[in-house]
Amino acid sequence: MSAPFEVRSADVLVIGAGPAGLSAATRLRKLGIANVLVVEREPIGGGIPRHCGHPPFGMREFGRIMTGPAYARRLVDRAVKSGVELLLGCTVVSIDYADDLVVTCASNRGLLTVVAKRAIIATGVRERPRSARLVSGDRPIGVINTGALQEYAYLHKLAPFRRPLIVGTELVSLSSLLTCRKIGAQPVAMIENRNEPSVRPTSMWLPRLLGVPVRYGTHLVDIKGRPRVEGVTLLCPDGRQEDIACDGVLFTGSFKPEASLARSIGLDIDPGTGGPVIDQFARTTEPRIFAAGNILHPVETAGWSWREGRRVGSFVADDLNGRLPAAGHAIRLTPGAGIRYVVPQRIVSGGEGLSNLQMRASDIVSGSLIAQAAGKEICRLPLTSAPERRILAPVAIFQNAKSDITISVEGKTTTDIRSRSTCV
Amino acid sequence: MSVADVAIVGAGAVGCAMARRFTLEGARVILLERGADLLSGASKGNSAILHTGFDAPPGSVELSCMQAGYAEYLRIRDDFNLPLLETGAMVVAWSEAERAALDSIEAQARANGVNDVRRLTSAEIRAREPELSPRAQEALLVPGEHVIDPWSPFLAYLKQSEAHGAEIVFGAEVAAGAFDGTTWTLQTTAGTRQAKTVINCAGLYGDRLDAKLLGAASFQIKPRKGQFVVFDKAASKILKTIILPVPSERTKGVVLTRTVFGNVLVGPTAEEQDDRDRATVEEEALRGLLAKAEEMVPALATVDVTAIYAGLRPATEEKGYRISVRDDRNWITVGGIRSTGLTASLGIAQHVYGLYREMGHQHAAVIDPLLPRVPNLAEHRPRDWQTAGYGEIVCHCEMVTLREIEQAMTGSIPAGDFGGLRRRTRCGMGRCQGFYCNAQLARLTGGRLAAPLAVGDAG
Repeated sequence: MSAPFEVRSADVLVIGAGPAGLSAATRLRKLGIANVLVVEREPIGGGIPRHCGHPPFGMREFGRIMTGPAYARRLVDRAVKSGVELLLGCTVVSIDYADDLVVTCASNRGLLTVVAKRAIIATGVRERPRSARLVSGDRPIGVINTGALQEYAYLHKLAPFRRPLIVGTELVSLSSLLTCRKIGAQPVAMIENRNEPSVRPTSMWLPRLLGVPVRYGTHLVDIKGRPRVEGVTLLCPDGRQEDIACDGVLFTGSFKPEASLARSIGLDIDPGTGGPVIDQFARTTEPRIFAAGNILHPVETAGWSWREGRRVGSFVADDLNGRLPAAGHAIRLTPGAGIRYVVPQRIVSGGEGLSNLQMRASDIVSGSLIAQAAGKEICRLPLTSAPERRILAPVAIFQNAKSDITISVEGKTTTDIRSRSTCV
Repeated sequence: MSVADVAIVGAGAVGCAMARRFTLEGARVILLERGADLLSGASKGNSAILHTGFDAPPGSVELSCMQAGYAEYLRIRDDFNLPLLETGAMVVAWSEAERAALDSIEAQARANGVNDVRRLTSAEIRAREPELSPRAQEALLVPGEHVIDPWSPFLAYLKQSEAHGAEIVFGAEVAAGAFDGTTWTLQTTAGTRQAKTVINCAGLYGDRLDAKLLGAASFQIKPRKGQFVVFDKAASKILKTIILPVPSERTKGVVLTRTVFGNVLVGPTAEEQDDRDRATVEEEALRGLLAKAEEMVPALATVDVTAIYAGLRPATEEKGYRISVRDDRNWITVGGIRSTGLTASLGIAQHVYGLYREMGHQHAAVIDPLLPRVPNLAEHRPRDWQTAGYGEIVCHCEMVTLREIEQAMTGSIPAGDFGGLRRRTRCGMGRCQGFYCNAQLARLTGGRLAAPLAVGDAG
């Protein structure tokens, strides 16, 4: 690689200018950390909300309901006003470990080296594409994720299709209906593998209102068309196959941390989340590098990530001031039966840190959440949940544990939850 | 209308190499391609391995073309800025029976002049590839098997051909043709063209073209589909060497290999079908490939899938290449070029030029050929983003710059469709498959590609 055009230093380098990264950076400045630099690979800051043209954003942060782009601008403005320096169009390509972190970035002006005392990785999430879902068929134009659809609609004012099939029933799937409306597209159907939606069934008024049929227990088994999507084949609950004409397929949700940087710099990656392993202070397995936001847990709202970023900002400030407990010995938290992931994955002694463990169930469940250490039950909480719902448990419960903890679900797990009420 | 010396039908790997060879030898070349871009058919999906020919049939045209092609690629690759990932390959025996077969494979390699092969014990295999399953009993190491960029070489060959006067026509499907004893007049979907000699490099449609213009084909294409799974770049640290199976009668079997782009690839399947255009991926077959890959390298179980694809090989009812000359009709057919065609293409072009000369043709070769360099897409060599002034990074997964996109859309042999743009730059081919860049690419390429990404404006 050629020599850098510039070498500079920072107390904290934040990687990613989405809600988590910007709130962490702003918090650091407010806590008196002098030199806080945020690098963002996109030409505009704000992260995913930049292209979420629909409300509601901003209730928690600004006390009013805003659209995504307005919210993104506010986050950027507030960070810059607090004295954060924001470098756009700047991609971190490697981190070397010396006395400080030596971070190499690509930019239009050439390679930039940042020598930083601490770094926070806040690179967010993306949806799983068709390829990773191993969906059969042709590979035509018009098969995209919601993130791309939003960029078509809100950043480029273009339409990738007019009559798409929507795959998935998460919150983002519902938001995609609004985005489709924005570009003048009428989805032919919304399908879900399970027999129930991922969101609460009460939220499913939206497709009804928009005249989009929702089909549960239905699988996409073939995509047809060259060069553009011409139709799909669905496998219906009764085993019948049905061809539907459409001009696009939108794969929604099934989020995955954008963790290739975290992985390439040697951080431990949790197979459950797909993001870096952290302790309750959001320290990764390289304790000078922290992580915040949806890279840790696919997926939470922008508001949640913003609040988490703020907490992580204060942990980093504490660390710079020598007030965080040592990162050394930790007990491990591992998901057992019925649990897909647990964050944080490590707990060190000497402080609360993030208030809650965040978990996801791997299926629709109704029963109890059980934590066991050394084969003994240490806590049991009632639980009713579904795969994409947030499950929380206070970190305080586990703080004094002396050995590794497994968290599992006991009770009825089912893919059919007509009886479900609420989740924790 | 001016009459070209040769009309080459098909801008696949073979057609592109052919256009270059004939142009450099001084012939006036027209290249007719029915697709909107080069490599639109069989050539777009292969395993990107540069083969030594160690396991090719001894004494075959296929073997001599592969070895000549291999040598020429190494000779010219620097001129065009083309990569070579020196991996070597291991033919791994996973059972006693396969172990017994290694002797004959080694003997065949030596008979084919590939003399640097050697046997590896299971301990030596482990030392070289610690992540390979310990079930590997023994292997034959073939140090000269390497990995290349499967697309950029052919772009380079066409740029060079065009620079020296070759006419390259896309969207030109040959609909009919007539031979008057000295000249062929070809009716194509892009107009009429005349040439003294026709070289049929039509790949999956080779037999159909022969039948249509000569009245009969001497072979029949039996499309054989190959599906592939591409693992995330995290996998490239897990594996160094190409892992080949002990081959069966019908196919070389499922290969595990790195790509120059930094991924690991598993495939292909071998599935006979009648359809010559539709190469679908199928979940069950893809899962089978994943299982096979994990069986060979268990650590791949934790690596994400980046891409899936399928290609069709223009196999025929016989194993060998189907190269034939019709002296009376000024016609050369180059058919049945399967997966070895990537390696052999330059050699096939040399071979076919020899046949053409035997037909009595002679031209004055180009002295001092121009050497258009193509952008490097290989991860182990400097990429465009490492040089200032690239504008912005459009595709973050593959680090594709705005400057690269613009270069690929303009100049000599610009991208004709989105597939062509992807093959020229790698945009949209990474782990997110366009989550971050598809919409911007739609805007950047608007009105400039055969099939647009956007169907229209929003609203």
